[in-house]
Parts: sequence; structure tokens; C-alpha cells
Amino acid sequence: MYYKETVRQMYDIGVGSLMIIFVVNIFIGAVTAVQFIYQLSGTFIPKYYIGYIVRDMAIIELAVTFTSIILAGKVGSNIASEIGGMRQKEHIDAMEIMGVNTSSYLVLPKLVAALLVIPLLVSIAAFVSIGGGYIATIYSGSFSSEEFIQGLRSFFNPFNVTMMYVKAFVFAYILTSIACYQGYFVKGGSIELGHASTRAVVFGIIVILIADYVIAVLLTGG
Amino acid sequence: MIRAEKIYKSFGENEVLKGIDFNFEESKTNLIIGKSGAGKTVLLKILVGLFQPTEGHVWYGDEDLCNLSKKALLKLRMQVGMLFQGNALFDSMTIEENIRFPLDMFTTHTLKEKRDRVNLCLERVNLEGINNKYPSEISGGMQKRVGIARSIVLKPKYLFADEPNSGLDPKTAIRIDELLYGITKDNNITTIINTHDMNSVMEIGDNICFLHEGRLEWKGNRSEVLESPNETLQEFIFASPFLQKLKNKALANR
Repeated sequence: MYYKETVRQMYDIGVGSLMIIFVVNIFIGAVTAVQFIYQLSGTFIPKYYIGYIVRDMAIIELAVTFTSIILAGKVGSNIASEIGGMRQKEHIDAMEIMGVNTSSYLVLPKLVAALLVIPLLVSIAAFVSIGGGYIATIYSGSFSSEEFIQGLRSFFNPFNVTMMYVKAFVFAYILTSIACYQGYFVKGGSIELGHASTRAVVFGIIVILIADYVIAVLLTGG
Repeated sequence: MIRAEKIYKSFGENEVLKGIDFNFEESKTNLIIGKSGAGKTVLLKILVGLFQPTEGHVWYGDEDLCNLSKKALLKLRMQVGMLFQGNALFDSMTIEENIRFPLDMFTTHTLKEKRDRVNLCLERVNLEGINNKYPSEISGGMQKRVGIARSIVLKPKYLFADEPNSGLDPKTAIRIDELLYGITKDNNITTIINTHDMNSVMEIGDNICFLHEGRLEWKGNRSEVLESPNETLQEFIFASPFLQKLKNKALANR
């Protein structure tokens, strides 16, 4: 039962979020590239640095944070509504009467699914974001494909990828656990369910941003 | 037997139950009746362990539900079936998966054995052949019966039903009553039903607990209800103008 539920959650979180992750990250990469082309124009900084900047911006910060914030909205509200709806329709009471450990049955598959799938989504987001930067750079007309790729291959620090995955795991845990908590302890009717869903998103985003800062300080020694 | 001993329950300053003492008898349909807000659902939820009483104890035989270890509570809960007011069927599962859910969670039976048990339960509630439908594809009365089938799939010793007739037409309500009564007698189950349906009271009330404003106002069985001198009980039973007219007519003809 747990396996089946985990697979269903993985599908919902993963496949269900692919489209929005793709669209958002392609534009984030493109905007990052365009902004830096503007800021670096007229300086002595080599052109290929654009590829390097887009890559590291995507890997270290933008792909993981934007993806997690989007998921806090999409997946977080969905989880809070699903569990809250089950609470209101007495599904949770029914499971408890049957002797099911509801916190484990309802929360664990979602948590495991999020911890497995969100880092994968973040990886895709990082690639798509770099792709978006590449497209924007080439179409600006003042850069060649080789220059961008040279930038991508320069100054690569594998630790940045580690940092991205650390953030992805922590953010996945935060957004899922906050949403589950808000849904599980919802009281009242549909208005309260709406409030719980909103709280799941708002608290999720705030805690993700705080955690982002803490991780950045801890892992970069800043 | 299940015994409620001096049950008090408060939510904040609101005291809902005020010292309920009652014995729910074995192999009988025990009814908790009373007006809306009398504390019926709270008492039922305390009896199944969903709420903790503020004071008092719930005894299942010689086991105190309020002081059971987790392991003992799990063992006890496997002997309990419950039909919820809103059925509490899982929308994302088919009827078969809904009924099979407790078997999947707690038994190591093969899929064939589980399916056979599901089919037997569906047959018991006269709903053969709807295994692959979803709850949203069947009527409210059928959902109730699926709820009953799920609640008996683990062959429980105790069956609880929270307002099983609410939202049903009189004919379907009678069928649900007959079903619950039949299951109780056939399997020697201790059944506790929370209702304000007077037909249920008169047809299946082996042992009745009448709550009024959080207190046990009257207890007895269906043959004693109409003759009881308790005015609050009489007011409750003959609340509808139609029944009041019938009563007056009967009294006039005496």
C-alpha cells in the first residue's frame, strides 16, 4: 500500500510539475543571460563569462530556489488540500478506526516521493535554465555558440552541484512537511481548508527562503 | 460488552457530555438517540477512541480503552468496524479497493482470498458486481452499503454506525436498518448506532440510550419507549406534528 501510494505521489509531483518547471526555468535562464549581457557590455570581462555566470546562477541558486518556490505553491497547496479534505470527509478518522497509523500512511509516501522526485526536477530545471540562457545569448546576435559553451566549461566547481542537491533535499522536506502539517490539522469547513492551503504555500515559501540563506552561509562559509 | 463509565467531555468551556454511565450490550443493537447537539457523535467518537474523554473510562470487557498501550489499541481496533455519517469511502479507490483496504493493511491473505472476502461482504449487502466502480458512480444508499461492507470485512466484534440513515429516503433507510440488525444478529456483533431516526428506534432498538443536553436522560428498549413517562423523551419522539396527531388520535380512541 505504501509503495503504491509513493509511486502515485511521485507521478503527481514529478510528471505533474514538469511543464511548469520547464516553462519557468527556460525564461529564468534567458532573463539571466540577457541581464548579464546588458551589465557586462562595455566592460573588459570576456564574453564567454556569460555561459559561466548563467551556469552557476542556475546551479547554485535560481533553478533550485525557483523550482522549490513553484512547487511550494503547486504541490504544497495540493497536499494541504488533499489531506485537509480527507480530514473533513472523515477519511482520516476511518483509517484510524481501522488501526492505520494515519500520519505515517498519509505523510510518509508524500515525503519520500518529494525527496526522490524534487531533486530530479531541480536537475532538469538547471539544464533547462542553462538551455534558456544559451538560446537568449545566441539570439542576441553578439555572441557565438562556442563562446557560450566555452563559458559553460570554464571554472566548473563540482561542489556547486552538491550544494544544489543539498538545497533540493532540504527544500523538498520543508515544502512537503509544512503542507502535510497544515492539511492534517485542519479544523472546520471549506473556508478553513482554503486558509490551510494558503498557509502551506506562504509558510513554505518563507521557510524555504530562510533555509536558502542558512545553507548558503553554512556551505560557502559566508 | 462496552461500558461507558462517568464520561465527561469538554471542548474549551463547552461541556458536551456530563457524566454518561451506560452499558452497551453484547450481540444487540444499541442505539444512542437524542436531538442534534445532545452529544451523540461525541459519545460515539469517545467510544471508538477518536476522542479522549475529559474524565471517565470506556471499558471493552475488562480493558480500559483510555489506558491501552499502542499495541493493545491496535489489536482492539482490528475488532472494530465503523460506518461513518458521510461513508468516508476513499474517492481515488474502486469499491473493491475500498473494501479490501483493511485486508491489505492488516492481513497476509493472497489477492484471491481477499477478493473472495470482498465479494462475500458485497453479497451480504446485496451489491454484487460493482467491484470496479468508483464511489462517485454509485448512489448514496449504495455508498452506505459499501461502507457497511468495508466495516465488516475484518469480521469485527464491535460495529459502530454514525447516523446511518441520514440523507436517505425512508425505504432505503429501512433497508440499512434491516441490514445492520441482520449483521448484528447473524454474527453476534455488539452494534452501537447513533441516530435520531424514530423508525430505527422502534424497529431495531434493543438497548437505547437517550441523551439530552449532554446527560443520560433515559434508558430502555424499543418496547418501553412509547410507554415511558419521561416528558423529554416523549417530546423528542413526538416532535413531528404528524406523529403528534397520530398520538392524539390514538389517545382519543382509547
